Amino acid sequence: MAEASVPALALNDITCRFAARDGGEPYTAVADTTLIVRDGEFVSVVGPTGCGKSTLLNVAAGLLAPSAGIVEVHGERLLPELGVNRRAGYMFQADALMPWRRGIDNVVAGLEFRGVPRAQALRQGEEWLRRVGLAGFGDRYPHQMSGGMRKRLALAQTLILSPDILLMDEPFSALDVQTRQLMENELLALWAENRKSVLFITHDLEEAIALSDRVVVLSAGPATRPIGEFTVELSRPRDVSEVRMTPGFAELHREIWHAMKEEVLKAYARQRAA
Amino acid sequence: MRMDPWRLTGLRLLVLVVAIGIWHVLTDPDLIPPFYFSDPARAAFFFGRPFKVFGTIIDWFVTGEIFGHLAITLLETALGFVVGAVLGLGVGLWLALSPTASAILDPYIKGFNSMPRVVLAPIFAVWFGLGVWSKVALGVTLVFFVVFFNVYQGVREVSPNIIASARMLGAGPRQLLRSIYLPSAMSWVFASLHNAVGLAFVGAVVGEYLGSARGVGYLILQAEGTFDINTVFAGILVLTAFALLLDMAVGVVERRLLLWQPKMSETEPT
Ligand SMILES: Nc1ncnc2c1ncn2[C@@H]1O[C@H](COP(=O)(O)OP(=O)(O)O)[C@@H](O)[C@H]1O
Ligand SMILES: [Mg+2]
Repeated sequence: MAEASVPALALNDITCRFAARDGGEPYTAVADTTLIVRDGEFVSVVGPTGCGKSTLLNVAAGLLAPSAGIVEVHGERLLPELGVNRRAGYMFQADALMPWRRGIDNVVAGLEFRGVPRAQALRQGEEWLRRVGLAGFGDRYPHQMSGGMRKRLALAQTLILSPDILLMDEPFSALDVQTRQLMENELLALWAENRKSVLFITHDLEEAIALSDRVVVLSAGPATRPIGEFTVELSRPRDVSEVRMTPGFAELHREIWHAMKEEVLKAYARQRAA
Repeated sequence: MRMDPWRLTGLRLLVLVVAIGIWHVLTDPDLIPPFYFSDPARAAFFFGRPFKVFGTIIDWFVTGEIFGHLAITLLETALGFVVGAVLGLGVGLWLALSPTASAILDPYIKGFNSMPRVVLAPIFAVWFGLGVWSKVALGVTLVFFVVFFNVYQGVREVSPNIIASARMLGAGPRQLLRSIYLPSAMSWVFASLHNAVGLAFVGAVVGEYLGSARGVGYLILQAEGTFDINTVFAGILVLTAFALLLDMAVGVVERRLLLWQPKMSETEPT
């Protein structure tokens, strides 16, 4: 029972300051942010562009040491100087596939790094290619694939290691609406199979509501912090295009948008001024 | 500007024929009155005569005399290229991944690179003798820097995303080196392949020319010693032809190795 109450991921009072390039005042991207992802929970973080969402995710991944604050993974403290978060898989916002590797070799990269025998890795790799709908495309290079296919490949690359925690940074934001909804449904289906904990970053509120158990809204930068937290009580399994039509969805959307609007306008004004 | 390929080839051949024709006419003592040199044989003395040059080339290949020399020159080229490329790759990786070492060595590398390295040839001849190795050494100094700078650049420009992604997938430092830095650096080495092979060839020929007992450069050196300008030109033409062949071979290798890179002609998805 005590085990169950330990969250999969806990960011406690995280502050991230970046040194200014011209030696001026350091820029505080994220300030005193606390964020919890419970075991098996799907949490989305929404916030205006440039507010510090990727920064938070990098902290959770152990790729970036916060200026202050503690990260705990299943109750254990994460120390970036000792390495990245080994229990997490990370899907990056930008393309992070190895362009010199064929699809299948990208998918099995993680197994290869872990010393899994090649034959076994390939078997698992082919299985994952099939699960993300890329069966038969394994011998293509990333540049020979469409944006949607590359995202599927990245998804297979991450999920093949079956990480306890899935960190996703606007994974579908570059896709067209149809492909995107397809991928969102696929993600939900894969997630439903074994309920990993997910921290999903997006700037799209609808996507956040459609996918998550909980939506965390961040303020505009600088010194970004959570300004609201909303539990999504829509029933599962969900179809992302259908769930958008439900009254519960519309109401939640209105509620969260109301909380966000001011921040979005702030971010917009700041960008105009810059 | 699209041209029928046959027409294009025809026009290219025409340029060659015209050039050789002009060469022939201007150097044949019986064809034109001497307008620049007082002696009609003078032009031929300085510029050779095309048919004699081709005769020499054909002779070389028919008697097989050239093959030994060509083999030596190509061997020197190959060794110079391989040794220079491996050293450039190793040092490039090392310096790119070790900011301290790179900061310390930076001025020396810049210095060596700006030095006209052909002047090292006499020193190499003293160190390594007149055999193959002094030419290889010259080729290495030329190839090394091209490869080195490309590898250095290549490693520096690996997308931080790809590195972060590999780390998240569980790659340790050695695996990063093997699976990320090395392939990325190799792609830059291949991108400089034409340049590097060309320079290895230059190193071999210049080395031979400055002192040797075998090789095509040696043939030229010898012919020059006896004022046999036709043989000098024959040597130059054979070298040029082989440089072209070498470049084409590199092109073939390159296309196979860089299969993973998008080409301009391909349309890029989103
Ligand atoms: N390495 C860095 N150095 C300096 N500033 C940074 C760095 N990374 C991010 N920032 C700044 O921090 C802010 C948040 O960035 P980011 O987390 O990428 O935003 P988001 O993902 O929400 O769009 C931005 O203003 C960005 O300019
Ligand atoms: Mg971002």
